[in-house]
Formats: sequence, C-alpha cells, structure tokens
Amino acid sequence: MMAEKRIDPPTGTETVGHEWDGIEELDTPMPRWWVWTFIACVIFAIGYVAVYPAIPMAEKATTGTLGWSSRGQLSAEMQAEKGRRAPMLTALSRIPIERLPQDSALMQQAVAGGRAAFQVNCVQCHGSGAAGSGGYPNLNDDDWLWGGDLKAIEYTLVHGIRHPGDVATRTSMMPAFDGILSPAEIGQVTGHVLSLTGKAAANPSGAAIFATNCASCHGQNGKGSRAFGAPNLADAIWLYGSSEQEIRRQILAPRHGVMPAWQGRLDPVTIRMLAAYVHSLGGGEDFVEVAEDPAVQVDEQP
Amino acid sequence: MNNPDPLGLDWTNLSAPPPPEGAPPEVPQKFFEKRKAVHPQRIDGPFRRFKWLVMLVTLGIYYVTPWIRWDRGPYAPDQAVLVDLAHRRFYMFGIEIWPHEFYFVAGLLIMAGIGLFLVTSAVGRAWCGYSCPQTVWTDVFQHVDRFVDGDRNARMRLDKAPWGPSKIARRAFKWTIYLVISFWTGGAWIMYFADAPTLTADFWTGQAAPVAYITVAILTATTFVLGGFMREQVCIYMCPWPRIQAAMLDEKSLLVTYKDWRGEPRGSVKKSAKNPDNFGDCIDCNQCVAVCPTGIDIREGPQIGCITCALCIDACDRVMKEVGRPRGLIDYATLEDCTREAAGETPRPVWQTLLRPRTLVYFSIWAGIGLGLMFALGTRSRTDLTVAADRNPPFMLMSDGSPRNAFTLKLRNMQNRQRRMEVSLSGLPGGVVWNDRMARTDAARSMTLTVAADSTQALRTYVLAPPGTAPQVFAFVLRSLDAEGESARSETRFAAPGEAR
Repeated sequence: MMAEKRIDPPTGTETVGHEWDGIEELDTPMPRWWVWTFIACVIFAIGYVAVYPAIPMAEKATTGTLGWSSRGQLSAEMQAEKGRRAPMLTALSRIPIERLPQDSALMQQAVAGGRAAFQVNCVQCHGSGAAGSGGYPNLNDDDWLWGGDLKAIEYTLVHGIRHPGDVATRTSMMPAFDGILSPAEIGQVTGHVLSLTGKAAANPSGAAIFATNCASCHGQNGKGSRAFGAPNLADAIWLYGSSEQEIRRQILAPRHGVMPAWQGRLDPVTIRMLAAYVHSLGGGEDFVEVAEDPAVQVDEQP
Repeated sequence: MNNPDPLGLDWTNLSAPPPPEGAPPEVPQKFFEKRKAVHPQRIDGPFRRFKWLVMLVTLGIYYVTPWIRWDRGPYAPDQAVLVDLAHRRFYMFGIEIWPHEFYFVAGLLIMAGIGLFLVTSAVGRAWCGYSCPQTVWTDVFQHVDRFVDGDRNARMRLDKAPWGPSKIARRAFKWTIYLVISFWTGGAWIMYFADAPTLTADFWTGQAAPVAYITVAILTATTFVLGGFMREQVCIYMCPWPRIQAAMLDEKSLLVTYKDWRGEPRGSVKKSAKNPDNFGDCIDCNQCVAVCPTGIDIREGPQIGCITCALCIDACDRVMKEVGRPRGLIDYATLEDCTREAAGETPRPVWQTLLRPRTLVYFSIWAGIGLGLMFALGTRSRTDLTVAADRNPPFMLMSDGSPRNAFTLKLRNMQNRQRRMEVSLSGLPGGVVWNDRMARTDAARSMTLTVAADSTQALRTYVLAPPGTAPQVFAFVLRSLDAEGESARSETRFAAPGEAR
C-alpha cells in the first residue's frame, strides 16, 4: 500500500497517508504546549537523574550529587526526633522516681512513652489493656503482690520476678502441700480460705491449719504480705482462680509466675516510663516514705 | 446482490457525492475561534461611577480586612478576621468558630448561593457585572492599559504596530504594573491565614513558611494571567456561573437590554433626518460595542458574553442625549416589559418586577437561614463534653470486688479564658468519680478542675461503683462554674459483670 499523503479538506490537516477500507488517519501534530511540556519534562528528568538516586546498579542505585536517600532521610528525622526528646529523657533519668508525680508534664510524657513501650514489650503476657489473664496479673486494679507505688513497680520491672540470673529479683516460693497435709486437712484449709471472702462458712479446724501452715506468709487474717509477695486471700482478686477446686489445686501444687528482669533489655529511662504507665492505669499507690525510726520526721524536700 | 442488506441499504458507496462542477472549493471548517482583542473605550456615567464605587469597596475590603485588629485577650490572636488553619480556628470579629461548628460557614455559603439566586432572579447577572473578582480585576487591568497605552484607538494602533523599542518598553512597563498588582493581590490573600504584620515581616525576611511563598506565587500567576490576559475569556469559556445564571433568568429578570423595537432599523442621524419614518433611534454609532469590556454587541440580544456591567447604557445614554433622543435605548429592562413596550403598553413599575413570588421565596429562604444562623450563634454553648469508654478492659474489679470503668473525657472550653468546670455523675447510684490527676481517696460524685482557655482537655477518668452493681446507663454532666453556668451532658454505659439491666 503506497503512502499517499493528502490534505483533508474539512480540517485542513494532512493525513498520514494510509487508508484502510476508506478510513484514514489525520496526522494531527501534537499541540505546541504539549511538546514544550514534554521537552521540559525531559530536561527536568536529566537534572533529576543527576542529583537524586536514579539508575539501578548491581549493588544499589547511583547516589546522585545531593547524596539524598530515603534511609538517610529517615535516620535524619529519627535523629532530630531524638534530639527533640533528649531534654525529656535526661530529666526523666535524673528525677527521683518518687518525685515524678509532682512534675505533671514530665509524668504525662513518661506515661505516653510507657504506653508505647508497653505495647511492644508487655502485652504478650499482660494483654493490650494491661488486664492480664489467668496467671498474669491485672495491672489496672489496686491489688499488688509486690507493692504498687512507683518505686516498687520500677523495682519489679528492673529485677523481674523469680528471674533466674538476677540476684535481686523478687522471689518467693509457696511450698506444695501435697503430702505435707492430708487430703482432709487440705479440704479444711481450702474451706477456711473460701470463708475469708464469705464464700463458705467459718471453719475452725481449717483456721487452725491455716494459722500453723499459712499465716507465716499470708498473715493471720489472710491479707497477705508484700514482703514475700504473698497474695491477699481476703480480697476479690485471684491470680489462679477463686473456685474451691482452683484454690485446692494451688495449695497442692502451687504455680509460680515468672516475669523477666528488664534491666539490660530496656534502658533505664524506658523502664521508668513503663513504671509511670503501669502506675497511671488507675491502681497506682502513692509513695509513702517510711522513716526507720517513726519518731524522726522525714524531710520531704529533695 | 446475493445477500441484500435487511435495511435495503447499499453499503458499497457511502461516500458523499462529488461536488457539482464549478462549485466553489469547500472552505475548511474551523473549530477554534481565535480571540478577538478587546479594547474597551473610556466611558463615564452613573453606572461607571457605581462600578468605581463597587471596585473601591470590594478591593478595600480585600486588602484592608486582614490588618484590622480586634482585642480578644491574652489567649487568642488579635486579628479581626483570621482563618487559623494550624490551630483550626476561624475568627471573625467577635465570633470564634471551632471546626465542629463549621455549619456556620456552611450556612454562610448556602446563604451566598441563595443570595446569588435572589440577585440573579431580580436584577440578572449583577454579580458578574459589578462584584465578581474576575470583573473587578479585569477592570483594574483595563485601567492600567488605558493609563499606559492610551484609550481604545491608541491601544488598537499599538497592538497592530510592529515590535520595536518603544512598544517593547511600553509592554514591559505595563506588564510590570500588572505584576505588581498581581503580587499585591496574591500577597494580601495569605494575610487572612496568619497574623498579618508578623507574616509580612517574615515574608520579606525569608522566614515565612514555604506554603506562604508558594501560595503568593500561584495567586500572582493566576491574577497576572486571568486578569491581565484571559479577561473576558474566563467569563465566556471557563466560568460555569454564566451558564447557571442564564438558566436562572426568566422573562421578569432585569437585564441589560437593547430595545430593538425602538432602535431598528438603524440609521445615521442624517439618514433618519431625511426619512424619519424609516429609521429607529439607533444611529449605529457602535459606542455600545466600543465600551464593552467583553467585546460583544448588545444589540444582538441577551447573550452569554454579556456580564451586565451596564457600561453600554452609559455610552448609549450619552449618545442619545447628544442627538436629542430619549435615554434608555439600551437599558435595564425585563424581556416582558420589552414586549409590552413594543406593543405600546406601559411597562410594569420596578417594584412589581422586583417583588414577585420567586424573589420573595428566595428572599425568605435566604433570610430564614440568616436568622437561624444568628439564633444558633446567640445560643450556642461554649462548653462541650465527649466521653470515650475504655474497651480493653471494659471493666475490672478492685480488690474489694467493686467494678471500675475507665473513660477518656474531652472537656472543651471554647472561651478565651480559663474556666473552672465541674464534672459530675448522673445516675449510677453509689458511683464515684476521680481522674488521673487526683488521688483515688478524693473520689466523689463530682470533681472540679480548671480547663485552659480555648482548648480541649483530655482527662482520664475512673468511675467506681459498689460491688454487685449491674451494667447500666449513666451520664457525665459538665457544668461551668462561672456566670454563664453552661452545661453539657454525655450518656454512656457502665460496664460490670452480669447481664445488662
């Protein structure tokens, strides 16, 4: 087919010269503005290739004269953010933790930082709402095995609970009474423990067994002891369940939870933030400074 | 044919028949009309003076408003009109609008829309003719043309003249003035979005935000191009309003109208003096075309290019006065009146044209929205309370078995001063409330706190109910402890073990 160019009368435009069953195509030139925009884009692209990473090479793309990279930008932004947070982190590391609640701005920043750290490090056991589950304590409530003020919480975080390898870890061991007490005695003492929360009638023989075997840690009235991490048996909160069967099982063969020591895994400031966050969940206790000799007034001023 | 077409068409030869011998060659049809340069002539008259006034007022409002100060106390900016996007506040003299009160702005926009319906149905495209920014700035630039290059004829001559040093100098001078006006226009715009004196200082010392420079650059460019060069093409080809307004006009709308029944047929004064019965009042002097800023001929009837600026009325009235004929050959008139006048009847009085059911309905809708907005503005509360309950965990039991719920309250103080507020529980017998900034031992039926000026304060709040409390609905009530005594209430659920009651 010969290319036969001709002018199309209605439009005054040249045709491309091909004809298919009477259909021809106009050789309409690109609008001038389009051509110039195209050329401008090409020129822009040349500059872009020169100054930005553009051409993929074997190892990585060319670096470009500006030296920009998305990783570099991210790390610069992270660095800037670090710089922005530095004063807060320094202040947080210096302040005695029991004074933290007095600096409410710093406390709020610590709580916010702690919330983020909690979602990464703690939710696996304690749950995203810190409500715990069987065997893992609820951190929202006001029942604390080892103490609920900021200092006690921070200590627990730093050293963990029954964490092997940390000499200062919080530790306690409830003996298994399977074999020490007869099944009948275990039944009686279980009844006594239930009676502490009003779920069973008073049980004098069980109370006697409790006084001999349990009161040394849990206290005469079963209210527990934070010194041993012995739970309060007279409240509504039960780590391993409150039914008769569950209590009996815990007496026969107690389970002991382990919380890792976070010292060494997290930096001290993050641990402080976590302590502040856990304290802020609603069950946190005020720090009470106890003088060794009650007669001596404690100077509250730092 | 073996296989005839079902429609009985012959598909073998569908091309057009060849042109007959000796016919003129087909003229290629153009789909694009090249712009005809418009060089409106200077004119003076009542409408021109009214346009000057409107230009003065509109440009004055635009350029001056951001510089008006308005004292709002230490916690709010002192600029009378400010759209503070960064802090999501809109200030207009004594009124401060928060983002959730955007319906006030929406109401104003609806009023503007209905106002346009009202104006259009009553007096035609008055918006286009007098107060549209495109019209106002085109007018400004046309005066610059006149100032630099002289009036219509001089400009037309210069346009045709070849490029030489003098023309280049004139053009450069004129475009520089365009650019200054455009820059000033773009620069004034950003003043509405930040403190004007501070922004001006920052702008010239290179410390303003990049978005300020970008906005000024874009608006300078659009003003320069749209006002300096595109002009009436914006109205004719780009703007949707002429089409919408054309649809809203009816035979009772006031329009700039050439009274053809009076003007036609046209003839010069000499001709009509010889033969008065054969000619109308129009002497075909073309003054109406010469002064038209969009370059149309109004005598062709109502058309999309007419922005009803009424300058042709000024021009025609002046000519009619000179030749001793009554004014108003081109005039604001309704199509209906034109028909009546042509038939020899008297036109309706203007008040009848303006006060007709359509305009009255528009006006009452417009005024109703306005009154509604003013009522809402007068009675709006400057406090607000929203409650979000913790969902994880929904509740938890304290060591004495009492259920505790946690909520995040948002207390809104929309006044420019800090206020004492009280949050109390409504319902939930035996329940007590406290927040994370106070000791649990201080928990009570209510708590008081200070909310900072012009801010929303998030407050983590705990509610504790006696053991055995069932899940139930209760409410937080916020009350301002000041002369206003404003209150807000938000219902929520108390979660607890057991079935919902």
